[in-house]
Amino acid sequence: MEFFRFNRSIPFMRWRRVGAVVSIVTFALSVFFIATKGLNLGVDFTGGTVLEVSYNQTADLEKVRSVLTDLGMSDASVQNFGTSREVLIRLPIKPDVSSAQLSETVMDALKQSDSSVEMKRMEFVGPQVGAELLENGALALLFVSLGIVAYLAVRFEWKFGVSGIIANLHDVVIIVGCFAFFQWEFSLTVLAAILAILGYSVNESVVIFDRIRENFRKYRKASITEVIDSAITQTMSRTVITHGSTQMVVIAMLLFGGEVLHYFALALTIGIWFGIYSSIMVGSSIIMLLGVKREDLVKIEKKPLENDGAVV
Amino acid sequence: MNRYALWQYLIIAVSLLLGLLYTLPNFYGESPAVQISPLRTSASTDTALLQRVEDALKQANLGTDGALLEEGSIKVRFADTDTQIKAKDLLESTLGNDYITALNLLPNSPRWLTDLGALPMYLGLDLRGGVHFMLAVDMEGALEKSLDRYSADIRGRLREQKISYAGLEKQAKKLTLKFRDAESRTKAEAELKANYPDLGFKEENVDSRYHLVATIKPEALARMQESAVLQNITTLRNRVNELGVAEPIIQKAGVDRVIVQLPGVQDTAKAKDILGRTATLEVRMVDDEHDLDAALRGKVPAGTELYEERGGSPLLVKKQVLLTGEHITDAQPGFDKDNQPAVHLNLDNSGSRIFKQLTRDNVGKRMAILLIEKNQAEVITAPVIREEIGGGRVQISGRMTSREARDVALLLRAGALAAPMDIIEERTVGPSLGAENIARGYNSTLYGFLGVAIFVAIYYTAFGMISVVALAMNLLLLVGLLSIMQATLTLPGMAALALTVGMAIDANVLINERIRDELRAGASPQMAIHAGFERAFGTIVDSNVTTLIAGIALFAFGSGPVKGFAVVLCLGIMTSVFTATFVTRGIVNLIYGSRRRLDHVPIGKIWIPEQNQPAHRTALARNKAGGESTDTQKRITEQPETNTEVIQETVLDVQAESSEKKPGKAKNKRKSSDAKGNAG
Repeated sequence: MEFFRFNRSIPFMRWRRVGAVVSIVTFALSVFFIATKGLNLGVDFTGGTVLEVSYNQTADLEKVRSVLTDLGMSDASVQNFGTSREVLIRLPIKPDVSSAQLSETVMDALKQSDSSVEMKRMEFVGPQVGAELLENGALALLFVSLGIVAYLAVRFEWKFGVSGIIANLHDVVIIVGCFAFFQWEFSLTVLAAILAILGYSVNESVVIFDRIRENFRKYRKASITEVIDSAITQTMSRTVITHGSTQMVVIAMLLFGGEVLHYFALALTIGIWFGIYSSIMVGSSIIMLLGVKREDLVKIEKKPLENDGAVV
Repeated sequence: MNRYALWQYLIIAVSLLLGLLYTLPNFYGESPAVQISPLRTSASTDTALLQRVEDALKQANLGTDGALLEEGSIKVRFADTDTQIKAKDLLESTLGNDYITALNLLPNSPRWLTDLGALPMYLGLDLRGGVHFMLAVDMEGALEKSLDRYSADIRGRLREQKISYAGLEKQAKKLTLKFRDAESRTKAEAELKANYPDLGFKEENVDSRYHLVATIKPEALARMQESAVLQNITTLRNRVNELGVAEPIIQKAGVDRVIVQLPGVQDTAKAKDILGRTATLEVRMVDDEHDLDAALRGKVPAGTELYEERGGSPLLVKKQVLLTGEHITDAQPGFDKDNQPAVHLNLDNSGSRIFKQLTRDNVGKRMAILLIEKNQAEVITAPVIREEIGGGRVQISGRMTSREARDVALLLRAGALAAPMDIIEERTVGPSLGAENIARGYNSTLYGFLGVAIFVAIYYTAFGMISVVALAMNLLLLVGLLSIMQATLTLPGMAALALTVGMAIDANVLINERIRDELRAGASPQMAIHAGFERAFGTIVDSNVTTLIAGIALFAFGSGPVKGFAVVLCLGIMTSVFTATFVTRGIVNLIYGSRRRLDHVPIGKIWIPEQNQPAHRTALARNKAGGESTDTQKRITEQPETNTEVIQETVLDVQAESSEKKPGKAKNKRKSSDAKGNAG
């Protein structure tokens, strides 16, 4: 069985203008949504309290809301979480009330209105911790980006490092853009997924770059476009199968992972699909844009001869 | 060419065995248990105690699944949680205050595995339920407190030395001493410098007044911070012990933070209450000289504070702290002579000396005993001092219930916190959610694995099956490694486990696609296998290093659950490179490597570009005859000879034994080394 049967290289680079337009438009849209709608940051980053409670039967959200309003917490957000019996309550930070008191007061009040309520999870993150986690997340992103550029620069050439990271940061911005557009909750686990995807998508670029280098050596007289096209076509099958396999696991996570892993898996899904696109269209286009040359990768072998001549 | 030496197979066999051995404990599950450990060093756990425990349980007709004595604690297993809880209550009352009786879960793995050090993975709080706290030490508060202590000390010393001073003021982070003349200032400075090495002094003249400013030296401040955090950790540990938690984690995080994790704690409210309380005791004098009514109207006299006695009347208390809770060695709840609940305190040597002196000097006056919790002071009691109290035994009674007496005693016994602490992060996971999370992570991994396995097996047939075996072994080694390291498994960690499955298959796909490529290009089966593995290797390493970089960054900058994710991700990358390259190769070599005549590679039906099929067939034919392979990619290459050269070079390299010298060999030597450097 073989999914991909190409008689000749697919002229990907001929479509790079189209690709550029697609990328720039999605990128601009993502930035636009991040800027205008903003991210629905989870409690990890904003600080505050999250309570997950479950009831024996379908939870009455209105009743929960009114209990909270009676406590003077009308700014709390109440919503179903996973099933209709489970409720997620978010409370913003109150400077004068400690977390311990806050969650207990709420639980006591909820118990009074319905004794079947059970606390499943409580998270409190102080404001300074939230800010720190955000800062650490940004640092991690920076570290990963620099690390990948450096590795690719050493292993290939700086042009590859730069193209690889641009292609993948482009993915990251689009993932974040999706989270902004749909107002999905952006939590610490989502950030972890994004960083994992960053490392994982770069794999994709690495595999293609490896082929490009190999083909530069193989096809001495082929043009750069032909070399890149052939490299992408040859790795196409692997690209799709690998991403398909990863996606299969991610689908398992979406189906069985519950609410906590839901957004994690969503981030991975977007990352996987845009990862395929960007490593094919974005990464390679940028190498061309940066003017990659055969000599960048294949060492020129004339020099030793000239030196020999001089010595003799 | 596709053969492994014996030692290479041995490595695979040994790693498989170790993986199995260390993964095994994770499958036995856990049973409810009660753990008994000594609270004080005076109490010991020995066979006599074990006997006592067993007898007590037998008398109450509570059946056990065995009791054992290890590492200074007794662990008793039970069949169900009902018996466990009953037994805990029973043992708590039988053994008394000297022992901690805690609910615990013990792994069910057989003895021989435990003896080998094979323990199940440590489950994080999101999987087993429990509470996680991050507490920040309030250094400002600690500084404030120590300045208070210094100011009381300095006053006393100057008075003792009969050095006259006009006043002492505490400002932000410094003490200002005021003198009437330069002479007494010089005298005071010399005296204080000799006695307080941690303080720095500076002379200042303000409006022809002679000031001496004392600040705590930076190095002393750093030392103070360090010791405050350490003392707080000790204190927290004592308090957690009082709570009876089986495997608490209390550790320093960063400069001024402490992480407390209490797995399996059901009563989170109580835990929070005990931990969050930063109770210290202070003994101060009641100020009866100033006008209480004026103070009530808002004019609180300098140097005093207005408090309300517990359930009683307001009173003015001097700010000067005479004695703090640090001097308390023991505190027990009890009753006073009127049968009212009381707390009995024992003071250490210097504490009893101070207390003796203070009671002698103040007979007939009232002293106030304050309990400070979270910067909120409460006067527990304000008794009149009838006589000098020596011997360091103090009894506090006031309007409290016996429950309050017990809590106060617990807090005081557990020691004072050197500096106040605030909970800045808290995560509580109920036990039911923990079990759900395990099922979620497990199912994601299982079904993800099955999906990938079925697909790969169909797509690559026999080589696909080999990939699946390698993938399974990867999972086995990863779980084994995590168990050996006793890494904490969290839900994101389980997600990483599942993700590893999806990402690890990449290496196998790379190899299999390469082998197909080689076959398409007309290589012989053995050759294609060889070249496929060789060339894929570089790519596999490259692509995994980038993911590893991301994993390391996550580990370095992540916190809590994200760290768990990173650990699994990084380890998963390493095991997957090992299994995908080394183990897969080993299995392939074992099955196919020894076959002299391998007609085709069972890697699924390979599609060959139509226009090149005839050429390919001839290539195959020639290849079998040991001839040259041909270029199948003429359409791309403008210089087909180059392609041929490279492939041919590989042929020569690996078929050295068949010693079929090709004329082009010498000429192509440099290119060949080039190609090897570029393998993949």
